Amino acid sequence: MKRGEPQEEGEKAGLPTAALLVENLLLPVLAVLTGLVVGAIIVAVSSSETIAAWGNFFRAPTAAIGATWKAVAIAYGALFKGALGNPADLLTAIRSFQASGDPAPLYKAIYPFTESLVNATPYILAGLAVALGFRCGLFNIGAEGQFFMGALGAAYVGYSIVGLPAFVHLPLALLGGALAGGVWAAIPGYLKARFGAHEVVNTIMMNWIAFRLSDWLLFGPMKASGYRPVTPNVEVTAELPRFFPDPLRFNWGFPLALAIAVVVYWFLFKTTVGFEIRSVGANPDASKYAGMSVTRNFVLVMSLSGALAGLAGATQVLGVDHWVGAGFSAGYGFDSIALALLAKSHPLGVVLAALLFGILRGGATNMQSMARIPIDLISVIQGLVIIFVAAPAIIRWIYRIRIGRVEQTVLTRGWGK
Amino acid sequence: MTGPSLSTNRPPWDKQRLATGTGLLIVGLVIFLLFARGTLPGQTSTFGMNAGGTALLIPDLAIPVQPGLYALILVTVFAGAWQMARGGARSAGWLIGIAAFCFVAAFLIWATNEKSLNLVGMLSSTLGRATPIALAALCGVISERAGVVNIGIEGIMLIAAQTAVISASMTRSLWIGLVVALLSGALVAAAHAILVIRFKVDQIVSGVAINIFGVGLTSFVAQRYLERDVDFLNNSGTFKIISIPVLSKIPILGPIFFENSPVVYGMLLLVLVLHVLLFHTPWGLRTRAVGEHPRAADTLGINVYLTRYVNVILGGIIAGLGGAYFTLGAVGRFDQNMTAGKGFIGLAAMIFGKWTPIGASLSSLLFGFADSLQVKMQILSVPIPSSFLAMAPYVVTMIVLTGIVGRAIPPAADGTPYEKQ
Amino acid sequence: MTTILELRGITKAFPGVLANDGIDLTLQEGEIHALLGENGAGKTTLMNILYGLYKPDAGEILVRGEKAEIQTPNDAIARGIGMVHQHFMLVPVMTVTENVMLGNEPTRNGIFLDKASVARRIREISEHYGLEVDPDSYVKDLSVGIQQRVEIIKVLYRAADILILDEPTAVLTPQEVAGLFRILQTLVDKGKSIIFITHKLKEVMAVADRITVLRAGQTVGTVSPKTVNPQRLAAMMVGRDVNLVVRKKPAHPGGEALEIRDLFVRDERKNLVVHGMSFNLRKGEVLGIAGVQGNGQTELVYALTGLLPIESGKVKLLGRTFRKLVPRRVLESGVAHVPEDRLKHGLVLTFPIFDNLVLCDYYLPPYARGISLQHKVIVRHGEQLIQQYDVRTPSAHMKASTLSGGNQQKVIVAREFSRPIQLLIASQPTRGLDVGSIEYIHNRIIEKRDEGVAVLLVSSELDEIMALSDRIAVVYRGEIMEIVDANATSKEDLGLLMAGMRPTQSQVHAAGETGEKEIERVF
Repeated sequence: MKRGEPQEEGEKAGLPTAALLVENLLLPVLAVLTGLVVGAIIVAVSSSETIAAWGNFFRAPTAAIGATWKAVAIAYGALFKGALGNPADLLTAIRSFQASGDPAPLYKAIYPFTESLVNATPYILAGLAVALGFRCGLFNIGAEGQFFMGALGAAYVGYSIVGLPAFVHLPLALLGGALAGGVWAAIPGYLKARFGAHEVVNTIMMNWIAFRLSDWLLFGPMKASGYRPVTPNVEVTAELPRFFPDPLRFNWGFPLALAIAVVVYWFLFKTTVGFEIRSVGANPDASKYAGMSVTRNFVLVMSLSGALAGLAGATQVLGVDHWVGAGFSAGYGFDSIALALLAKSHPLGVVLAALLFGILRGGATNMQSMARIPIDLISVIQGLVIIFVAAPAIIRWIYRIRIGRVEQTVLTRGWGK
Repeated sequence: MTGPSLSTNRPPWDKQRLATGTGLLIVGLVIFLLFARGTLPGQTSTFGMNAGGTALLIPDLAIPVQPGLYALILVTVFAGAWQMARGGARSAGWLIGIAAFCFVAAFLIWATNEKSLNLVGMLSSTLGRATPIALAALCGVISERAGVVNIGIEGIMLIAAQTAVISASMTRSLWIGLVVALLSGALVAAAHAILVIRFKVDQIVSGVAINIFGVGLTSFVAQRYLERDVDFLNNSGTFKIISIPVLSKIPILGPIFFENSPVVYGMLLLVLVLHVLLFHTPWGLRTRAVGEHPRAADTLGINVYLTRYVNVILGGIIAGLGGAYFTLGAVGRFDQNMTAGKGFIGLAAMIFGKWTPIGASLSSLLFGFADSLQVKMQILSVPIPSSFLAMAPYVVTMIVLTGIVGRAIPPAADGTPYEKQ
Repeated sequence: MTTILELRGITKAFPGVLANDGIDLTLQEGEIHALLGENGAGKTTLMNILYGLYKPDAGEILVRGEKAEIQTPNDAIARGIGMVHQHFMLVPVMTVTENVMLGNEPTRNGIFLDKASVARRIREISEHYGLEVDPDSYVKDLSVGIQQRVEIIKVLYRAADILILDEPTAVLTPQEVAGLFRILQTLVDKGKSIIFITHKLKEVMAVADRITVLRAGQTVGTVSPKTVNPQRLAAMMVGRDVNLVVRKKPAHPGGEALEIRDLFVRDERKNLVVHGMSFNLRKGEVLGIAGVQGNGQTELVYALTGLLPIESGKVKLLGRTFRKLVPRRVLESGVAHVPEDRLKHGLVLTFPIFDNLVLCDYYLPPYARGISLQHKVIVRHGEQLIQQYDVRTPSAHMKASTLSGGNQQKVIVAREFSRPIQLLIASQPTRGLDVGSIEYIHNRIIEKRDEGVAVLLVSSELDEIMALSDRIAVVYRGEIMEIVDANATSKEDLGLLMAGMRPTQSQVHAAGETGEKEIERVF
């Protein structure tokens, strides 16, 4: 035991591996599970049959429990099937393929799984966007708006240029999306660097501005013929190629997103630029003293973050929908905040969390149609997951976990510099 | 012998002074290019000055367009020249304010060219639209003065709005709905307080989580329940406009200030009460100390944690009132996402108002005016797409946050969790 | 003399650290009792326990013979115990009156603050004890010495009989220290009892009636200044015989490293804080910048390192005249900077030690090839430096937050000193460190100077300045009062300059001759 005063921060022991595992794997997993459990409770509570059954609890207790289980099972079952498919269907399909060589039932069986991967793609990119921001101490809540602008940008390049070969058109369209998102985020980034204006409120404002702007664009200059506020379809040459025939939508977007995750990892941890970014995020004052330019990093990171979010929108347009309509971003940007927090801002964690969120999203639509549970339940679960991840003490308390110190990371500061 | 005294005079060449001066001159130029050009002599803009029953009927204010615009241009140019020649840091804010006023006035004159606009009506609706923003701002002020940042005001207002309308609808009593709104605001704020004070969660993260949760929960409930059972759950009616006798008959001011929903009166009252509380009572002194230097307060026996809890929850109650305004005070039903960013605009108003109740409410009026303006412009079929007008409040917020119109210093301990050692 | 306060067997442990281990202390009524120990000995923890900020794990407190349960500062205040903290507990944006009445506010009609009666009481206390202060002034406008008076008034306002002062002289000029000691004497004459925490030997000998020495959380002994000498006290504090002197060869200054002419600098709030400074610094010499904190030294250093813009003036750094100083360019020219606030400005606590050691150079070969970091090179470099500079840590991979204060400073020193430098700027390099680390860093600085590096030393510890400097520039209100030869001046002269007064001829005290100097050690 050391004797004498504790010297400010200096007396904390380094974390051994067990604690690291707990911190970075066990706690996030438990956070998600607990979130799902609370979601289940909400499902049960909102089902009128279940309420009725509980009203009868003392006369028929098993019926009450059974009704609860039924409600939750239907909801989460729909979620699961919508996300991953029905294992039974898969087996039959494999057998029939072996027998007859007809791939159609096989495609149908893996459709939910491929859909989850398709959903995961924008999550990977948007999650990377927010995570990159966090690494520099920046809170990019504008991923939603940057996503939308990126989608519009990519769509514009996609439908307005005709006659280019695919290997030029596609990268150009993707670039257009990344650029649009990058510029959209660079504005609050510049305002923060130059004026110290907090990026939280500014990125949110940019979101609302993006929505209004897209309203105008979709009803005006970018509108396809007809009366629906949608853009024209992008040219075939700008589409991200798909692996399987319709209706499977699994496309090159997913491998692209994975590749970009690898690039981001290398960028953050193996380059001098990444070193600066992380240093500025951890201690902007010391970084300034050591010669780094904090303002330059702010603008750079916000722009890159926006570019990634824009790219997420671009892959969604070019790979999945091929046109943009109102409400396009549909929550990808906001979900990514929970995602990045869950992933502890690490690219690998982002990929894993994105897969999870992709699964949840794929399943949620099914849950909505089959079990009539509104998709917004997922938002509720996400809000809870954010809390659990940001306040690990709660999960530790619920599950009585003692290993590892409670490490406090302050992600952002108040309104001041 | 002491050394020469330290001079804090500004140096002769101030880049900022030049920049602001030039900016003002450019504003004048813009007014000319955008508004004055293209007008013809003899055109007038008419501004109605009456709304509701007043004792005196004031004749409409008819402003000849060209002379009016040129007068405003002159004022702006003069302000710019003054700033270049003499301006100091403090008068810059005033001059910028004058220029902004001229710009808006010019815009109004231009937009109302050969048409008529009820000015008093617009100012009256400004106060109404400013109310939720001001309440959000007041919530922010109370919370941040004690050192806790609350970004989740938007989420709190949504939840309060929804609980208000549901309970009012079910019980057919607006006042019950109001009380429920206040309670739910307090509850959600308490959750935020527990997370950031007890669990030391990053204050911004907690706020964002509350927003996401708030949007999700209210949308969920809206879809699952409110859409099915509109009459029982989503039809509360609204508070009647209360006219204060005698005072509401005062021309111009009467209809604006004395003919409003109870929520608006509540807001005005709160501004005064909070101002007195914050600056003239022991509670206020302790709150401010906790927000500036919590350790100092701690050493004097003040319970920092308790103070922060109380303030955040009080803020939640105020935000709850703000939420109630959207439903019980305005439309009588809940629509998804109906707060439309007002919670955040409230935060900008708080910053612009230098974290004081009076400053925050005045700034909210500014934002309310922008909001009111864009609605009126759509009615006047001004040749600007409505989407762009709708952006106005958000753009104004961003401009305000740059601090060009005056940098504000938050309470020193704002945003940092307190560690009692 | 009655015993007014007794601490018996006070024990307090924090995770991994035993701060107080069975400490006994008695305070007689009307005495000034010094609590002496080096940084980290446990003095502040003990007093925080007495004041109710911490709860002891074991032990008891007796006030006037009665057992006292002190759980919160309010309990301590109720018992007549008041504390003046080392870092002032004053709210800068509030007035003196508001600060004094905080937590104890009288009201009119039970609701409204009654500032007038408090202001009146403040004036009474002021007069009675000789503590001049204006109740309506804002604390942020007051000098440090006056702020301290406000702290004392705060304590007296609450009718304290037992006053605890934690390192009160750290921020004062020698004359202000004398003034403080006079005030303490007045307080004692009027019946108060005082505990005086410090790590400075000489003060203790001058003002204390009795001295209790703490070391590593334990009481070493209680003595009277009449029966000990500084040597003995130092040995009690540190546990071994301490070299009370610094051996230093005379300087051989070389070419010019730094030239400043008429430098004006504004701080972040646009106030002019450096008001026309001019000086030269040559290689191989140590120029000490002496002065009470807040007179522009901090901003001078910021301007030289590029962290604040230069309003006007000429800066010639290592032969090059700079128009605009950019931190990176400054560092690349061969300047090292050891910052005042090592946690805030010197280290990234969540980064491993080896990353901290390349915080300035990570983008240069061999640590990087292009934009690609060479991890193995960085780690090896880190391990080397840890060994070379004796940083106590199990591995270079540990985060910087795991190090003690002294070792953190060593990491910063290791990083800065191992770069190819010609100019070293050290700000408060030994603040808050234990004696061993202080010795180490002082020796390293002298070493660098002997290697031919120009050293600019900024410190508010006058002993440190006098021990290490060859020439001393005294700063007051943003101006350099005078630059003197360290051998030809005395503490008293410097003290006068620090307070803005030029000593008259009769006041000048000459010091010893040149040659291998014996200068007194800093504690």
